Amino acid sequence: MKLKFILPLVLFFVLVAFLGKGLFLDPREVPSPLIGKPAPAFEAPVLGDPSKTFSPADMKGKVWLLNTWASWCVACREEHPLLIEMLAHDIPLYGLGYKDVEKDALDLLDKMGNPYIITANDADGTIGIDYGVYGVPETYIIDKAGIIRYKQIGPITPESLRDKILPLLKALNA
Amino acid sequence: MIMMRNIVIGLVLFISAFSFTATSFAQDRVSESPAVEARLKKLSIELRCLVCQNSTLADSDAPLAQDLRNEIRKLIETGNSDEEVVAYLVARYGDFVTFRPPVNTSTALLWFGPFLMLIIGLITLVVVLKKRAKLLGAEETLP
Amino acid sequence: MMPTIGYYALVLALVVALLQGVLPLVGLPKNNGKLFAFATPMARIQSLLVILSFIILDYAFYANDFTVYYVATTSNSNLPLIFRLAAIWGGHEGSMLFWVAILAVWTLAVTFFAKELPLRFRSSLLAVMGLISVGFIMFILFTSNPFERIFPAPFDGRDLNPLLQDPGMVFHPPLLYMGYVGFSVAFAFAIAALLDGRLDVTWARWTRPWTTAAWVFLTLGIALGSRWAYYELGWGGWWFWDAVENASFMPWLIGTALIHSLAVTEKRNAFKAWTVLLSICAFSLSLLGTFLVRSGVLTSVHAFATDPSRGLFILLFLVIVIGGALTLFALRAPSVGLGEKFDLVSRESLLLSNNVVLFAATGAVLLGTLYPLLIDAMNMGKISVGPPYFDTVFVAIMVPGIFLMGVGPIANWKKASVPDMAGKLKWALGVSVISALLVPSMMGRLSPMIFVGLLMAFWVMSSVLTSMKIRLDAMPSATLKQKLNTFGRAYNGMLLAHFGLAIFIVGVTMVKGYEREHDITMQSGETKVINGYDFKFEGILPIKGPNYVAKQGQFYVSKEGKQVALLTPEKRLYPVQGAIMTEASISINPVRDIYISLGEELEEGGWSIRVYFKPFVQWIWLGCVFMGLGGILTITDKRYRIKNSA
Repeated sequence: MKLKFILPLVLFFVLVAFLGKGLFLDPREVPSPLIGKPAPAFEAPVLGDPSKTFSPADMKGKVWLLNTWASWCVACREEHPLLIEMLAHDIPLYGLGYKDVEKDALDLLDKMGNPYIITANDADGTIGIDYGVYGVPETYIIDKAGIIRYKQIGPITPESLRDKILPLLKALNA
Repeated sequence: MIMMRNIVIGLVLFISAFSFTATSFAQDRVSESPAVEARLKKLSIELRCLVCQNSTLADSDAPLAQDLRNEIRKLIETGNSDEEVVAYLVARYGDFVTFRPPVNTSTALLWFGPFLMLIIGLITLVVVLKKRAKLLGAEETLP
Repeated sequence: MMPTIGYYALVLALVVALLQGVLPLVGLPKNNGKLFAFATPMARIQSLLVILSFIILDYAFYANDFTVYYVATTSNSNLPLIFRLAAIWGGHEGSMLFWVAILAVWTLAVTFFAKELPLRFRSSLLAVMGLISVGFIMFILFTSNPFERIFPAPFDGRDLNPLLQDPGMVFHPPLLYMGYVGFSVAFAFAIAALLDGRLDVTWARWTRPWTTAAWVFLTLGIALGSRWAYYELGWGGWWFWDAVENASFMPWLIGTALIHSLAVTEKRNAFKAWTVLLSICAFSLSLLGTFLVRSGVLTSVHAFATDPSRGLFILLFLVIVIGGALTLFALRAPSVGLGEKFDLVSRESLLLSNNVVLFAATGAVLLGTLYPLLIDAMNMGKISVGPPYFDTVFVAIMVPGIFLMGVGPIANWKKASVPDMAGKLKWALGVSVISALLVPSMMGRLSPMIFVGLLMAFWVMSSVLTSMKIRLDAMPSATLKQKLNTFGRAYNGMLLAHFGLAIFIVGVTMVKGYEREHDITMQSGETKVINGYDFKFEGILPIKGPNYVAKQGQFYVSKEGKQVALLTPEKRLYPVQGAIMTEASISINPVRDIYISLGEELEEGGWSIRVYFKPFVQWIWLGCVFMGLGGILTITDKRYRIKNSA
């Protein structure tokens, strides 16, 4: 059998392999180019106490999580109970209030509980742009040297917590 | 009648929807300089809106799109070149945000593949035609 | 009751399609005429059952039967009747049934118009189409049943997406599907020939009209979709290289290559294996398109609601159909003969070079569409590929092809000479270059893109004229009327189709080169001068449609005192979905469109408005219409007429 006549069939199967793999990918997900890079610097007022500021530089030497959220975000509310549980297990959660009205944000924390050690207020979203935020909630894990090591796109789920976040935190803290 | 009720609800929704859109339009801080707006236009039609992912940054009404358009205006006004503006966004959102794929080793096949196909195709055609002519010419000389 | 009948009609159709698909093929080894004889009656019964099922579903739309879940999610009782009926193909399940129904229409056509084919060949043909039907009906019954019920029925439906409530929705999908699905006939012809072990000039002559017919439908379907997007979406764009658009364009490109390849095969009994491969590719690309639109593998405006399990089913179907076809090709094609001789420089070789260009162009579109998936699947990141890529690469590949298009028609069959052709074409080249410089100088601006575009367009036009002149000069003693009579429909069709492409290129070049956009704000009563035209904004009129309310702007457009148009762009609210739509208003003219759409109502009163001037934009679709008419002319050429005499 001549080679050139089998070529179309071979090429077709290569294509099918890619299409098959593609069925299990999400074309809408935007991975972060910041992984492995330093967390972008900022200095933002603290939610509820504008005289104080928060900056990633404050966290040098510690492993921590930055969770972007807003009171108008439905998925954030779904994620919220899990965050409260995470705080109860001493996971260092810091919040970034994204494009939110301060009063609404504080009301939500009041009603649903505050899972964050501190929340920084990014009222106009400029910090979010630096972090490549495109749809809250998004959570970043930042290591002791201030490098972003992981980005959770969308709400944290029990599975992602168990399979990705907790193991990574353990490794970074070691 | 249901029709009437729908119309009334429609008008109410319509008017209230307009108050919403009026405010969101106000967030687009249109520059006074037409040159800046022209450059914004040229850049934003080649950038993807990350929220309404099938729209360009130029056409999308999403709040993030407005923020990014304003950000681009700021970048243009502070003297950044077109490449620098795109690089700024790619550094934050990755290559996904630009509709013009970068030219590097992983996209070499994309950018040069079709031209290779064209050249190899034309060469193959000539080779095949020549071989064919020889085979058929040989057939004709057989007794 | 009716929906249940519709469902079971489809189940029955599946059984009959199985018989239609399997029996004739079983009969092949022993040439069993009795089994062959099953093909036509089974094909007709299956087709009628599918069409019945489709009509029953559409009846549910007509009667507002919201117990049918699909009707409840895509329709509404206030939706105008024509859109209620068209809504059947507005969602995934209904459009799949529509796909199979169109296949049924083509199947019926084959049983009625392909009577001159030998029994064995015809029944293989119908068997292949039957098997395709089997696959799709199974897909519908197992994963995408449009007849699912919902009890209790909702009070009213969720309404059709307002973007789809437009005459475009009534015509674009049917034309497109007739094209897409129509390539299954060419595919079946190829498979039947491979099974038969016989591939010759007669085969090519049979296949050509069916292939061209599908190509005509696809041309018109794509053109209509483009024009619909132009006036519907509010910013005057007409092609976005969106994944689903590309999914329809790729079969068109390969279909065009196929039509040209069939010419070589019919004339010289040559390149038969290549033509067969193209037939398989054209339909494979149609199937690939079906996969891409419904599997969730790519992002697209047009994509139907996605579901990986459906994607898996379609992918499996693709593997069986295309994999099977290509395996048969690998086994049988090597034994197909070489055919007759022709020179390295000849019309035949130029036709084949068309194939090379179109193949590379299709490769560009395929690569561009799938590359994000390829990169992601290999964990190499995430990229986007959009118009900046396609406009550059696709156009660059096509330019040499369009140049060759000017040479082909005047080249001799079998043996042509380069100096001879160059001599014949010098006038055409000169005229093209001069015109490509003249027009920009009249328009006030020249750029490389404009020059190349116009050069290509005028080149094709002048070579069409040159070709006609050569033919007319070859009969010096006849009258003009007599000479024109000898042209024949196939030749005229070719000229018209090529001319149509030139018109298309003019439209694209002029719009891209000279369109202007103006963002302005106007208060009621104000007049502004834009691009030499006076625009008077007479305020907003509230209007009511059958299922929407709208604010309609009144713009009086005049030039030098004479009124040119009253433009009435609207902002519409469709209450059921709560969607706000922008309806543009366009003043159409052979040499320019004036396109206006409302932006937002401003806090300080007045409106933001966008005005576009689009020179020659209608030529884009006019060119496509000419291409389609050209195709229709070639199909009706007398050599394809069904011979009634023995």
